[in-house]
Amino acid sequence: MSATLQVEDLRTHFFTREGVVKAVDGVSFEVGRGRILGMVGESGSGKSVIGHSILGLVDPPGRVVDGRVLLNGRDLRALGPEALRALRGDRIAMVFQDPMMTLNPVLRIDTQMIEAIRAHERVDADRARERCREALARVGIPSPDERLRAYPHQFSGGMRQRVAIAIALLNRPDVIIADEPTTALDVTIQGQILHEMQKLCRESGTALIWITHDLAVVSGLADEVCVVYAGKIVERGEVELLLDAPLHPYTRGLIESVPDRGVRGRPLAQIPGTPPSPLSLPTGCAFRDRCPRADAVCLSEPALEAIDAASEREGRAVRCFHPYREPLAAPA
Amino acid sequence: MNDPPLLELQCVSKRFVKTPDAAERIARLLGANAREHIVHAVDGVDLALARGEVLGLAGESGCGKSTLGRIAAGLLEPTRGTRRWRGREVAAQASAERRRARLAVQMIFQDPYASLNPRLRVEDLVGEAPVVHGIVRREEKRAYVAELLDRVGLDAGAMRRFAHQFSGGQRSRVGIARALAVKPELLVCDEAVAALDVSIQAQVLNLFMSLREQLGLGYLFISHDLGVVRHVSDRVMIMYLGKIVESAPTAELYASPNHPYTQGLLAGVPRLAHSASKRRRAYAPVQGEIPSPLDPPPGCHYHPRCPQAMPRCRTEVPKLIEIAPLRYSACHLNEAGS
Repeated sequence: MSATLQVEDLRTHFFTREGVVKAVDGVSFEVGRGRILGMVGESGSGKSVIGHSILGLVDPPGRVVDGRVLLNGRDLRALGPEALRALRGDRIAMVFQDPMMTLNPVLRIDTQMIEAIRAHERVDADRARERCREALARVGIPSPDERLRAYPHQFSGGMRQRVAIAIALLNRPDVIIADEPTTALDVTIQGQILHEMQKLCRESGTALIWITHDLAVVSGLADEVCVVYAGKIVERGEVELLLDAPLHPYTRGLIESVPDRGVRGRPLAQIPGTPPSPLSLPTGCAFRDRCPRADAVCLSEPALEAIDAASEREGRAVRCFHPYREPLAAPA
Repeated sequence: MNDPPLLELQCVSKRFVKTPDAAERIARLLGANAREHIVHAVDGVDLALARGEVLGLAGESGCGKSTLGRIAAGLLEPTRGTRRWRGREVAAQASAERRRARLAVQMIFQDPYASLNPRLRVEDLVGEAPVVHGIVRREEKRAYVAELLDRVGLDAGAMRRFAHQFSGGQRSRVGIARALAVKPELLVCDEAVAALDVSIQAQVLNLFMSLREQLGLGYLFISHDLGVVRHVSDRVMIMYLGKIVESAPTAELYASPNHPYTQGLLAGVPRLAHSASKRRRAYAPVQGEIPSPLDPPPGCHYHPRCPQAMPRCRTEVPKLIEIAPLRYSACHLNEAGS
């Protein structure tokens, strides 16, 4: 069975006055039907640019310079702007961190939702309205009939994000790319939305890419995780395996620095230093300046590969010369 | 014997009244019955912090936790209630003493960029206040600032730089150095690590904890992140629509939350536990949303979202009562049996 979305060697560079920023530098991954992929990275790692590149939403001075994006086997990069626009919002949809990026503040919700349907399909207004109503109900908005006639400012932040998700779901897309959609929301609302997204993907068979900085969110949501550092995937694997036995020192550092894992009051394990500037990445492994295991070998660049036959079977890969082979110890 | 707590807030309330705009004033002149918009941001809260204690304050946005933090820091005057420093009411003190009490509580903000003057070099950002308040002499300023920067993990070269020349984590450190410059005994941290990446967040949390050990600092640690609050706090208070609904020592609160709201909050939080079985695959989140503080529900404010609400909860406001030693909860369920 081939994957719904397949990304191969994607490269997106920004040509700034100070130099070329390789925001996405050779990223490959795939997501299958009804599967959830967590894309985890810190700010500036390039995780959001990956999402934008898939949809062809990168603005100058940025440009996708290489790679293929295959949606059901069709290369999106080979499509013209018109054909791509026909796919966006129909077969592949995006949910942004700030729902006001999706919603037009001066139009009623029903106007915007019906437009999103009729841009892709010839449907009469009543039938379209009915589908909007269903979509709102599906994301847990009470009294959807009434809410359809409201304006975006009449919704709370959480409700607005639900509307944005409902719009993404309208045409039953094959893939949804969600870029930090719950980061700005309260924990209770985040919990509700995670719960609903998980259910919706399972039911509708939509493949979901969840871009986030929050490993805890991913741990309960995703099937598979990619960890992104300085524009490259440094580790990939099934969520439980990756969290229990992270191979890459960066992944390990990220997991250990989450307060929830540590013993209360005990100092947290911390990754020293700060993420490198994308304009002056170190040669070789980009993480080596912050890495406890780095040595002279790390001056050349590691490849993303399985460490042995077992990890190959599990679909795990790591970009490191000195991966950890033992599972993460539980804090004493 | 029993020392009075370092900082004590007694039944403090803060109301914000929205001044009517022109249209409303005209409507009122014409006899329309326009209601005044009053928000009870904080509604009768008691709080006491002992020396060197870390008190966590958690709740959803709009619950009033930041307002309470500002009252604790002395930045906002409470509408009602008293604020005591070392057992003495601050408002009743002479101005010199009041200033001392004010310096002893410093605030660390969520966005250090917004709280650091962009036109000042770190030397002045950090060094101005201690000189003004006579803590160090002007000639000693440089050495004093260098010492503070060293304490928060920045090198002395940072002294000549401006706030925009730092990364987010470094900027937090500058904000912390500035707060420490006036030798406070208590820091009020309002979402102080919320904007930082996890790896940097861990560095800053570790810094807070080591400062606590070195200087005997106490903290009022305000955060929406229950994992962060659990990690740093000795005691945790959970706030909902201006009121404290539960307060308990950290371990007990997380092990056996009493109030249905606390239970719901903890159940809805994604966690990164170290065993796979404890990681949440399915969420059981709190239903509904936090109601508008302009028009809070009668009775227990939480009843519209509470799975265990009884008729009594709709009419009668539950009191915060001691349910076990050091544990307080405001829920009628605790009285039902007695």
